Amino acid sequence: MDFGVIADNLGYFLVGPWPDGPLGGAALTLVLSVASALISALLGLAGGIALSLLQGPARTALRLVLGFFRAIPVIMLIFWIYFLLPVAFGLDVPGVGTVIVALSLIGGAYLAHSVHAGIESLSRGQWQAAAALGLSRWGALRWVVLPQALPAMAPSFINQWIALIKDTSLAYVIGVAELSFVAAQVSNREIVYPAEIFLFIALLYYLLCSALELCAGRLAARYHRYQTP
Amino acid sequence: MNPSPVIIEIDRVSKYYGSFKVLEDCSVQVRRGEVVVVCGPSGSGKSTLIKTVNGLEPVQQGRIVVDGVTVDATSRSAAALRARVGMVFQNFELFPHLSVMDNLTLAQVQVLRRSRDEARERGLAYLERVGLAGQAAKYPAQLSGGQQQRVAIARALAMDPVVMLFDEPTSALDPEMVGEVLDVMTALARDGMTMMCVTHEMGFAREVSDRVVFMDGGRVLEDVATAVFFGDPAGHTPRAREFLSKLIRHG
Repeated sequence: MDFGVIADNLGYFLVGPWPDGPLGGAALTLVLSVASALISALLGLAGGIALSLLQGPARTALRLVLGFFRAIPVIMLIFWIYFLLPVAFGLDVPGVGTVIVALSLIGGAYLAHSVHAGIESLSRGQWQAAAALGLSRWGALRWVVLPQALPAMAPSFINQWIALIKDTSLAYVIGVAELSFVAAQVSNREIVYPAEIFLFIALLYYLLCSALELCAGRLAARYHRYQTP
Repeated sequence: MNPSPVIIEIDRVSKYYGSFKVLEDCSVQVRRGEVVVVCGPSGSGKSTLIKTVNGLEPVQQGRIVVDGVTVDATSRSAAALRARVGMVFQNFELFPHLSVMDNLTLAQVQVLRRSRDEARERGLAYLERVGLAGQAAKYPAQLSGGQQQRVAIARALAMDPVVMLFDEPTSALDPEMVGEVLDVMTALARDGMTMMCVTHEMGFAREVSDRVVFMDGGRVLEDVATAVFFGDPAGHTPRAREFLSKLIRHG
């Protein structure tokens, strides 16, 4: 094994052609991950809350939409947004935007079910106590239910976000120069070092995911300081 | 005879789950300052009945009026009504993620729009009234069951309710903690609070209540003055006699 190839291309692995060209490599993977993590969390929260508060046909409609996004493969959604939207609606979505939208929608659909389950896991008595004090359903959710349910949802969020970091590698199919894409580029150029290159790339993914888990764990621990019966 | 205005008017209320009748044609009145105890065997519908008063349990038939406002569990106005009706639950239902003080101030600030300072001040006053002035900074899990239930009573009182509803407030407590909760309730009754209590505590019923409502099978079988209820057993319906004899034997 000759890891000199890593040292020679380190800058390209980490940031792509930047600053002479657009950002790429590990840095772009990070940008894609953080953006989709934040948007999927917001979508998941909104979707989960809506699932808990809505009733009747609106709820059924939302379930169908969420079910749709959970059922289709990420790669297919990326293709649709990138190739179908321009044809169908004349909307031209850039590659980076496409990946963020696709990962956010699918991650959001998964998280919505986690949030909904977390909300439902709280006893009926807490809802009733909040209602008995005159809080609206929204007030009960905001002040009583969510503060108790969210810490329990943390593992679901972390799982989903880790899956999401790895799914950013699917961006290569539309030529977005994230980590996997630049790795393939370098590997094709250097020809004889695929083992070294992809071992190193695996290490970078591992570091990204571990860093997320570490940060989230710290945050959750701080949030858990309060007492539960 | 009684000149006080009616605060709770439960008028021919029925409630079903599918074809199963939980409440059947129930009527009860509670006047201002009255303490009414609702008792009966488990499954008699007494907890359901008391939860219809603040609209936590919707009803299919009949009408409930609280302090001049018709209760409609499904409408948005239900929240405004609930803010004026205090309720104490069997399992306390304090909010475990909030300190005792935050439990007391949450609805005062969010529902009644009181300032934080005013809410804290009232919270402290009611904590003192239930004998827990020193516990404001603690979390519910750090308190005993009896203390938690007293906090729950203070939380309801801090909203300045026109009436207090108690749903088996001592049933989940260890026996040695029942007394401290009943003492608070007794003091509240002596101060003139209008109260409707679902309870098996017949000592409390006998000493504190004005009237006793006996329920069985979703129906109100008796609604009589306390002295009459604990008077001549011959005056009772057979179900009430059986219930009372069991309570006296076991309790």
